[in-house]
Amino acid sequence: MIAIFFKRILVAIPVLLAVASITFFLIKIAPGGPFDADKAVSPQVLKNLNEAYNLDASNWEQYIDYMSGLLRGDLGPSFRFPGRSVTEMIATGLPVTFELAFYAILIALVMGIFSGVLAALKRNTFLDFIPMAVAMIGICVPTFLMGPLLVLIFGINLEILPVSGWGQLPGDKILPSLTLGFAYAAYIARLSRGGMLEVLNQDFIRTARAKGLTERMVVIKHAMQGGLIPVVSFLGPAIAGLLAGSFVVETIFQIPGLGRFYVEAAFNRDYTMILGTTIFFSVMIVFFNLMSDLAALWLNPRSRDVS
Amino acid sequence: MNNSLWSDALYRLSRNRAAMFGGFILILLIICAALAPWIAPYSYSYQNLSLGASPPSADHLLGTDVLGRDLLSRILYGARISLLVGFVATGVALIIGVSWGIIAGYIGGRVDSIMMRIVDILYGLPFIIFIILLMVIFGRNLWLLFGAIGAVEWLTMARIVRGQVIGLKNQEFVMAAKAMGVSNISMFRKHLLPNILGPIAVYATLTIPQVMLLEGFLSFLGLGIQPPMSSWGTLIKDGVESMEEFSWLLIYPGITFTITLFALNFFGDGLRDALDPKTSDN
Repeated sequence: MIAIFFKRILVAIPVLLAVASITFFLIKIAPGGPFDADKAVSPQVLKNLNEAYNLDASNWEQYIDYMSGLLRGDLGPSFRFPGRSVTEMIATGLPVTFELAFYAILIALVMGIFSGVLAALKRNTFLDFIPMAVAMIGICVPTFLMGPLLVLIFGINLEILPVSGWGQLPGDKILPSLTLGFAYAAYIARLSRGGMLEVLNQDFIRTARAKGLTERMVVIKHAMQGGLIPVVSFLGPAIAGLLAGSFVVETIFQIPGLGRFYVEAAFNRDYTMILGTTIFFSVMIVFFNLMSDLAALWLNPRSRDVS
Repeated sequence: MNNSLWSDALYRLSRNRAAMFGGFILILLIICAALAPWIAPYSYSYQNLSLGASPPSADHLLGTDVLGRDLLSRILYGARISLLVGFVATGVALIIGVSWGIIAGYIGGRVDSIMMRIVDILYGLPFIIFIILLMVIFGRNLWLLFGAIGAVEWLTMARIVRGQVIGLKNQEFVMAAKAMGVSNISMFRKHLLPNILGPIAVYATLTIPQVMLLEGFLSFLGLGIQPPMSSWGTLIKDGVESMEEFSWLLIYPGITFTITLFALNFFGDGLRDALDPKTSDN
């Protein structure tokens, strides 16, 4: 386990450095400078700005400068919001996005595992068909449609929940979390149903039943541990998807999180912000993938001895 | 090509009602999209400003948007862009993924482990962000969108194809062909490719809805298709902006998009079950 962990970390570091470098040079070849605003800036001001942000130096010097800053956790100043650093902006947006993602994952796990396990146990009854049909809807209705529809129903027509914001009105966290969580609940339901069906046919389940354990014990203690491994493996890649989902959800509900900052930076061509958040997202995703792989490995007794 | 495999599969597919229904909807959509200039009641850019946003009526079956443009026509023209992105980007993914997988699987050894290592590494990166990055840097251009999405979606295809090729490589007919001195190119074309068409077809069908979702996502954020062109993603985006007063502008494009995704998923699942009866149990 520990050896695998260090091996994976050793691979991840050069990959992340490569990502940072490629992103840096991609942004350098982007047409248009950061100060090509709607209003023309006088040449003198432009020169001062370039000097202040060290844009007159050669690309290599800037690269070395940026990368050494990166190692110290300094992602440089934002080009669009004078006086604020990218690190600062990530630090403001991150807790909000984390909270949103946490609620979404929680909703997805509870709804998904419950309905998936139930569907597997009651296979080919309406307790199987109905959750699986709902799951298909969850997979086919994209987040950017689900969010507005929920707003339309609960916010505008029924007027029982706020339509936007985060932590300002009571209950305004419900719709965003539900929007983001629903698609994952659907995937998790399908994965846990499939995983459970596979495990329930195996000999050790028959043994457990033969020992006279109650059905509840068989399911909870024996079947779920193996049946839910696919769900654990899915969680790592799901974090990457949650991130993309947070771009949409934070835009729809006007939530001041990292996802919305990123989309705004993309519109404003705030290059340092884009660069910084891209690197930050990459680090996070590589980390979560590693964690979910290790958790799946740890849960599966068959893979413990291997390598 | 093994005829009985394909006719068996076709038979099983024709027995699967959900898949047949999905296929029927898809064919209908493709015909509508292809014939949009002839069957659409209005041009997608024809504005009737005096009309403004009007609810569905006899003249405008699905109503009009805030600029007085006929929604049905815009959905029909949007189908062209959305389906085009779906098919072309999947094609790009297919070309890269299949070549990558065949080469890695067939050559094997160190080349294989390096090539698959690259795939593993790319898998772990947040690609959606790179697509956004490319769109920001190089401008929002339709061809770039095809390329960028295709360049992201090929990874799973490469893995599937590689696995299949490794399975085939040790079979007698491939060894025999090799012993007879068949060149690599015709080995790929005549012996390997025809035998992995099944999994490729299945995965391609299931990639199309993913790609369409990705395009919808980018267009929704305003980073995909740019006006005056419209895809279903941009129509949904416009619909969201005015949904409080004119909810039909969100609901009809939304229904169209969802039905299409349903149809593609059902058809893809049915195709998989038909070609590989072993997996249909789960």
